[in-house]
Amino acid sequence: MEPILKVEDINVYYGSIHAIKGVSFEVNQGEIVTLIGANGAGKSTTLNTISGLLHSKTGSVTFLGEDLGRVPCHKIVSKGLALVPEGRRVFLQMTVQENLEMGAFTQGGKSVDADLERVYAQFPRLKERCNQVAGTLSGGEQQMLAMGRALMSHPKLLMLDEPSMGLAPILVEQIFDIIRELHKAGTTILLVEQNAQAALSVADRGYVLETGKVVTTGTGHELLESPTIKKAYLGG
Amino acid sequence: MTFLNFLISGISLGSIYAIIALGYTMVYGIAKMLNFAHGDVIMVGAYICFYAVSRFNLPPLVGVILAMIVCTVLGMVVERLAYKPLRQAPSLAVLITAIGVSYFLQNTALLLWSSNPKVFPSFFVSGSGGTGVELFGGQLKISYVTLFTIIICVIIMLALTWFTGKTKMGKAMRACSEDKGAAQLMGINVDATISMTFAIGSGLAAIAGVLLCSAYPTLVPTTGSMPGIKAFTAAVFGGIGSIPGAFLGGLLLGIIEIFAKAYISTQLSDAVVFAVLIIVLLVKPAGLLGKQIREKV
Repeated sequence: MEPILKVEDINVYYGSIHAIKGVSFEVNQGEIVTLIGANGAGKSTTLNTISGLLHSKTGSVTFLGEDLGRVPCHKIVSKGLALVPEGRRVFLQMTVQENLEMGAFTQGGKSVDADLERVYAQFPRLKERCNQVAGTLSGGEQQMLAMGRALMSHPKLLMLDEPSMGLAPILVEQIFDIIRELHKAGTTILLVEQNAQAALSVADRGYVLETGKVVTTGTGHELLESPTIKKAYLGG
Repeated sequence: MTFLNFLISGISLGSIYAIIALGYTMVYGIAKMLNFAHGDVIMVGAYICFYAVSRFNLPPLVGVILAMIVCTVLGMVVERLAYKPLRQAPSLAVLITAIGVSYFLQNTALLLWSSNPKVFPSFFVSGSGGTGVELFGGQLKISYVTLFTIIICVIIMLALTWFTGKTKMGKAMRACSEDKGAAQLMGINVDATISMTFAIGSGLAAIAGVLLCSAYPTLVPTTGSMPGIKAFTAAVFGGIGSIPGAFLGGLLLGIIEIFAKAYISTQLSDAVVFAVLIIVLLVKPAGLLGKQIREKV
């Protein structure tokens, strides 16, 4: 199968710090792929590079056969690639509905109402609070809003950066249920997580990052069973 | 009745401050920089209108529109050449650049138009030759300039509220002012949005320039600097970054200034204005309508 996203040998620097050292991986149509690793392993940096917020010195990011290296950040989303950033970054002073409308910024005017209905159906909680300012939502609701906002752009690939961060265990479960549902509905997902257990249990395949390099790869199941992974990330 | 007279001229002066303050506050809100050259854009607008009307005998409305076009373009060019290359630079560098642009505009005006004061023509004379309306048997006089200034200010305020609240571009602007990275992820072109903000602010500055010089008809290359500083004060007073805040801050500042002039001392009026600012900031550091943002973790 032709991968929809292909990352080849990217190297990213923060000034003199070499954060990503030749990372390569790919995501196939309909898969959930996860990048796991400890703090500072380069997971978020990788996602930010794919979405154009950061730039790689070498290599390439190819999405649906198109090289994204020259595409400015604000054009990426209209190609079908949406990122739910780390820390959610919803627009706190705008209402829930306005946040969702921003997600549809690149969409034509007509479909927005239908998309709002679709996202509200997926997240009934957001519909209840549609006129509330996002800053007054709880952390879990903000995460749902960030995901809903990304879904407004009809992404062909949805990238989630630490969706479970700072959430209570029950909410983490809810978020992962949503990820499973999205997957069932056919969305391709690239998931970055510190919560390796949860991430690997939903993922088709996973890559383990350590200090800017891919050290292991395998199916979600294989990685869950692997003794070294267990020891390093699963606390056992 | 004199009190009412003072109040109305205060509101009128305050309306001009408010229009200028809107430019400061919008640019600050989105680019997180203080554009100290904003006051000088006002001066440029006033000169353009002056020359269009006095030298080329164009109708006043055409003069105002011409001034708006020139200032809008000027604002965008200044942003592109002076501020955009400094997007990643520390804010102090941007601030110094803004002061530099301010002096550049003033001195260019000095070269082009000399330091001789120009007497700004009066646009607001009715057909019967009167310059205002009289109420209560002539006890309360309101000049057309005053009335017009207040009306224009209210219209601008309503239009901007509608723009930022209801239109797609306006919402995108608010998104950019909150989080540029997230706005880019939504597909919003941040550079274009910043440029548009400068365009709107500078276009408003042109209107403010014409209104200011209609009320105080002496035009020199430094005409814009004091109102510019006062409007900046008004923006901080109301809560910088907030559009209703700029409106409120401008109005209050104008009223306080006129009352201080009338009841305390003409010389001390500015001192009173700034003293009030200091007291307000001591009590509410974010300004009257400024928000203290707390982040959820």
